[in-house]
Amino acid sequence: MADNSWGLFTTFGFFIVMLFICGAYCLIVTRNMMRALIGIELLIKAVTLLIILAGYVTGRTALAQALVITIIVIEVVVAATAASIIVWVFRHTNTLDVKSLRNLKG
Amino acid sequence: MPSLLILIPLFGVIILNLAFAGSRKAKRWAFVFAFALFALQIAVAIFHHPALSGNALERIDAFFKISFLVDHLSFLMFLCIGIVSLASLVVAKYTMADENDSFKFINLLILASLGMSAIVMVKDIFSLYVFMEVTAISSFLLIAFPRSLESLEGSFKYLILSAVATVLMLTSIGLMLMVAGTTSFSGLSIALEASRSSELVALGVGLFICGLFIKGGLVPFHGWLPDAYMAAPAPASVLLAGVVTKAAGIYTMIRIVTSVLGSYRSLNSVLLLIGTISIFVGAIVAIDQKNFKRMLAYSSISQMGYIIVGLGAGNALGLIGAAFHLFNHAIFKSLLFVNSAAVEKETGTCDMTKMGGISQKMPVTGTTSVIALLSTCGIPPLAGFWSKLMIVMALWQADYYAYATLAILGSIITLTYFLSMQRRVFFGKLASGMENLREAGGGMVTVSIILAAITVGAGIFFPFVFTNIISPIKELLVR
Amino acid sequence: MNIDIALLIFTTVAALWSVLARSLLKATMSLAVTSALISVLIFRLSSPLAAVIELSVCAGLITAVFVSAISLSKPLTHKEVLEISKHRHKRYWYLPFILALAAAALMFLKIKKDFIFALPPASQEEVKTVLWNMRQFDMLGQVVVLLAGALGVVILFSGEKRDGR
Repeated sequence: MADNSWGLFTTFGFFIVMLFICGAYCLIVTRNMMRALIGIELLIKAVTLLIILAGYVTGRTALAQALVITIIVIEVVVAATAASIIVWVFRHTNTLDVKSLRNLKG
Repeated sequence: MPSLLILIPLFGVIILNLAFAGSRKAKRWAFVFAFALFALQIAVAIFHHPALSGNALERIDAFFKISFLVDHLSFLMFLCIGIVSLASLVVAKYTMADENDSFKFINLLILASLGMSAIVMVKDIFSLYVFMEVTAISSFLLIAFPRSLESLEGSFKYLILSAVATVLMLTSIGLMLMVAGTTSFSGLSIALEASRSSELVALGVGLFICGLFIKGGLVPFHGWLPDAYMAAPAPASVLLAGVVTKAAGIYTMIRIVTSVLGSYRSLNSVLLLIGTISIFVGAIVAIDQKNFKRMLAYSSISQMGYIIVGLGAGNALGLIGAAFHLFNHAIFKSLLFVNSAAVEKETGTCDMTKMGGISQKMPVTGTTSVIALLSTCGIPPLAGFWSKLMIVMALWQADYYAYATLAILGSIITLTYFLSMQRRVFFGKLASGMENLREAGGGMVTVSIILAAITVGAGIFFPFVFTNIISPIKELLVR
Repeated sequence: MNIDIALLIFTTVAALWSVLARSLLKATMSLAVTSALISVLIFRLSSPLAAVIELSVCAGLITAVFVSAISLSKPLTHKEVLEISKHRHKRYWYLPFILALAAAALMFLKIKKDFIFALPPASQEEVKTVLWNMRQFDMLGQVVVLLAGALGVVILFSGEKRDGR
């Protein structure tokens, strides 16, 4: 691994950590279910960039691309399932507030 | 040969949905097909005869160009998955009156069991992630199946926490990819051996273990578990409590720790600490619950703690004890959930304060529940006693005297609570409103009896079980 | 290298905007912009196929899914939205400060390149070789995921709403 690769890695890594913090903050602080989903999407994008970066730095771009394509397919199905669950919760309670999901206590 | 366990269900689901679309025949065939499939899986797991790896079957595997991992732990997990899926199938048939509903449910059940069977036979960390997502997506849909507000809530909480676990695991795969250049277990373990003292690698390993803690429902990452177990429809609870948490979280932890990570000393202490905290939090919070299923969920967290503590002991006996306790927990916890489904169907409630003296009207349900609860506490000669004994002895052998005492203490807390609870719910005075109870339908009673017989049998015939089924697992530790 | 740093800064700004935006639709739009910028970055890291799929699927399909979910659940009147958004900024203004703090902390953190990097030289293969010849089991997994998703859509969107257990 050449020296400039390590510099590239630290630069990209710095911004990937920034993206992680944005996504995690959004997920933790929000009271709206759709925004929680947006937070998770940001986190997954940061991870996608990390895997491509790892593939570039080690020279195995083909493997990294194959992994990322699989991740994107799975992520679409998860996001679609989450969105449909949110729509159904809205049909029951008429709000997107997470505080409406406090029925299961104990 | 193992890939057949994946291909047959997949083609079956495709054919059921396309070829017979909408006809009445499809609905009946679905149940028969699923039943035959799970029975076949159990048979394969018990009788893995060398003749089964004939030439024709090998060629199907060769199409995939990767070797599958079928050692004794995998066969034990195949057995668990087959038995619990079969129990869940029978409960689904008895609690879902509408044929359309049960058809869709059975399809999802086959896909979930397919995902779990694939988890236990891959040798590659990324394929592990892919099939964990398959299992997770099927579980979200199974939990949200009745579309009531409670079940949607449980499914949503599980979804968010499972997505967080996914992000943690993928980050760790990205970091390990940079060190190893490949995602197979063997390549990773060589690379991790070489870079043992690196901080980045330690961060990657730590993130992956945190993701697995979330998936396995260990404290403090257990927030989704009681809600999901309680709000799910009865057959989905059986499947979740019996196998999904185990295959996705705990089995993966055992496989990663033995195959990839070698023996990081600090990892063992983390496992012991989290395991012990789970044992106590699960046991103590369970005392306070009024809902039967929620109490069972917290008791599951406690038993998962035992398995992790057994793994953290670091020696062969701990590994064997953890694997056997995994099998036992699958059997007796799914038995308890099957019985709670029967009670819920007959009485219409899960509230323990309203139940009393159920054994007088539902004798089989009552007796099998008592057997399962005693096995949870670790009473001889039932199977739970042997697995807990092995874990405690393993801790003692590895000089972790404090943890061994704490494990015994947790068991005593569980024992006192369960004895008083079962006396009140099953044996006490018949509560008001319970006079018209009948015993549950034939299928559920048969399943209860078979599961209880397995628990009792594994306990009584323990020497046979030990030498033939469990002891070979210690080969995993020889690296 | 300078283009990369500029792109990375724009990506972070777009992500920040999607967290802080008041209305959900604006947040989804800036999520799409983030996806597009990330796909350009992926292309710069010599992974063209992944960049195309990220652009079309994430910036396109997922945005469409989110927008239809948001439009199916329009809950509040405009006045109520303004009411809520007045209060939420008290919680959300911490984010830029946290980012600035983390940036400062990371600048001073010296991550050592201390892992042994003894890999065999990578064979020059194409992505499609890797996908179809080496990772077939993952492809099978993708098929199962898509099947489960299709079943899920059928289940969740047919039949009436049921209350109670």
